[in-house]
Amino acid sequence: MSDTAPQAAAPESLLRSADFPPQSQITQEIIDRHAQAREQIAAGETPGRSLRDFAPYRSSLLRHPTKNPRLVDPETIELHSPAFGQRDVAAIESDLTLQHTGEPQGERMTVTGRLLDSWGRPIRNQLIEVWQANAAGRYIHQRDQHPAPLDPNFTGAGRMITNDAGEYHFTTIKPGPYPWKNHINAWRPAHIHFSVFGTGFTQRIITQMYFPGDPLFALDPIYNTIHDQKDRDRLIATYDHDLTVPEFSMGYRWDIVVDGPDATWFEPEEGEH
Amino acid sequence: MTASAPASWGEPTHVPTGGQTVGPFFRFGVEYERMNEVAFPHSPGAIVLTGTVYDGEGAPIPDAIIEIFGADTDGSVPDARGSLRRDGFTFTGFGRTMTEDDGRYHFWTRNPGPTPGPDGRPRAPFIAAVVFARGLPDKLHTRIYLPEDDELRASDPFLQGLTDAERASVTAERTADGYLRHDIHLQGERETAFIAFR
Repeated sequence: MSDTAPQAAAPESLLRSADFPPQSQITQEIIDRHAQAREQIAAGETPGRSLRDFAPYRSSLLRHPTKNPRLVDPETIELHSPAFGQRDVAAIESDLTLQHTGEPQGERMTVTGRLLDSWGRPIRNQLIEVWQANAAGRYIHQRDQHPAPLDPNFTGAGRMITNDAGEYHFTTIKPGPYPWKNHINAWRPAHIHFSVFGTGFTQRIITQMYFPGDPLFALDPIYNTIHDQKDRDRLIATYDHDLTVPEFSMGYRWDIVVDGPDATWFEPEEGEH
Repeated sequence: MTASAPASWGEPTHVPTGGQTVGPFFRFGVEYERMNEVAFPHSPGAIVLTGTVYDGEGAPIPDAIIEIFGADTDGSVPDARGSLRRDGFTFTGFGRTMTEDDGRYHFWTRNPGPTPGPDGRPRAPFIAAVVFARGLPDKLHTRIYLPEDDELRASDPFLQGLTDAERASVTAERTADGYLRHDIHLQGERETAFIAFR
């Protein structure tokens, strides 16, 4: 490989948008882009659940394909998924409050939910990875320059394998809202990143879980890359008092549904040989 | 999309969860030891798959995640666990890496052999790939085909339907070392052919 290529800009220098507009402009752009998506749908287009071409999220401007993806029949490898199990993930990796010598600062909480396919069937033995900011809204990542404190007792990354009922469960602290440089006074609603494998590689998904009642929802271009309100609502966990542990932790519930085919679709049905 | 599902299943009952960007600060959440060593480096049959991820102005993208899942050299689909805890000899077919500051990525893996399609007919060998990045609101699926196997490539149902430029965008180059080199362009004149599944 030639080493004469131009040097890339330092990644942290790319985080501030070029025009750095006010929130009012971004909010209006979100409203307009959602209206445009509704028109696209009315005209028979299928823009997808998440809009990759979403200018209010400035980082997407040069990173979204301009052509629609080719609709293809999945091949054999894509109908299968990498296999994960106990060998890959230790049980203790699902408790983000136990990774250091002391207790992290913040509101201790648990998240419980099910990983399902589009027919509501549980997806067993699959990998879920989570990562998040700390209670003050600071990521441990070295390029996060937000001047909120790091917590020596919190990293903010965990993993788990779904059980036979497709359920997952982890313990953490509630992340804080987090400022970023998409526009002036831009704040991300508190969220936890989820990376999920289904039973087919077609079903691979990375998304974000949010918390009920966040006042930042309407202002946030990333949350709003999902153009339909009902789809956005599905990213919000439910507070569940039955999951709350007295004098210990707050309980939230959030189910994840994967899309796309897997190998079981192609196994002949009985009598269909 | 439900066209492929057995009729007895009926219509889907659950709406899929939408995807969201990985943001800029994912490394500490998704990194693990030897994650890009799908095959143990320099073991027999191991090759490097490398390339650069570019944006619409041809600038390298330093904050993307690439994942690959591929068949073994004999075309078999791996079903072994252990992608997260590599033992150094089991081929699980799955690997993950992140682009470096200059937009480059690399894996150690094996050349996939041809795997028959779900209909049992032959297909051109490829490695399935998914791209995530800051600024990319949802995952992008694509394929990385081997440049050889002219006959299989000529009859492959996906490759047949592409223009020459599109076909080139999903075909790796073989280097003098026998490695694979494959750039990914999220946008622009050389935009990679991305796929969605029926």
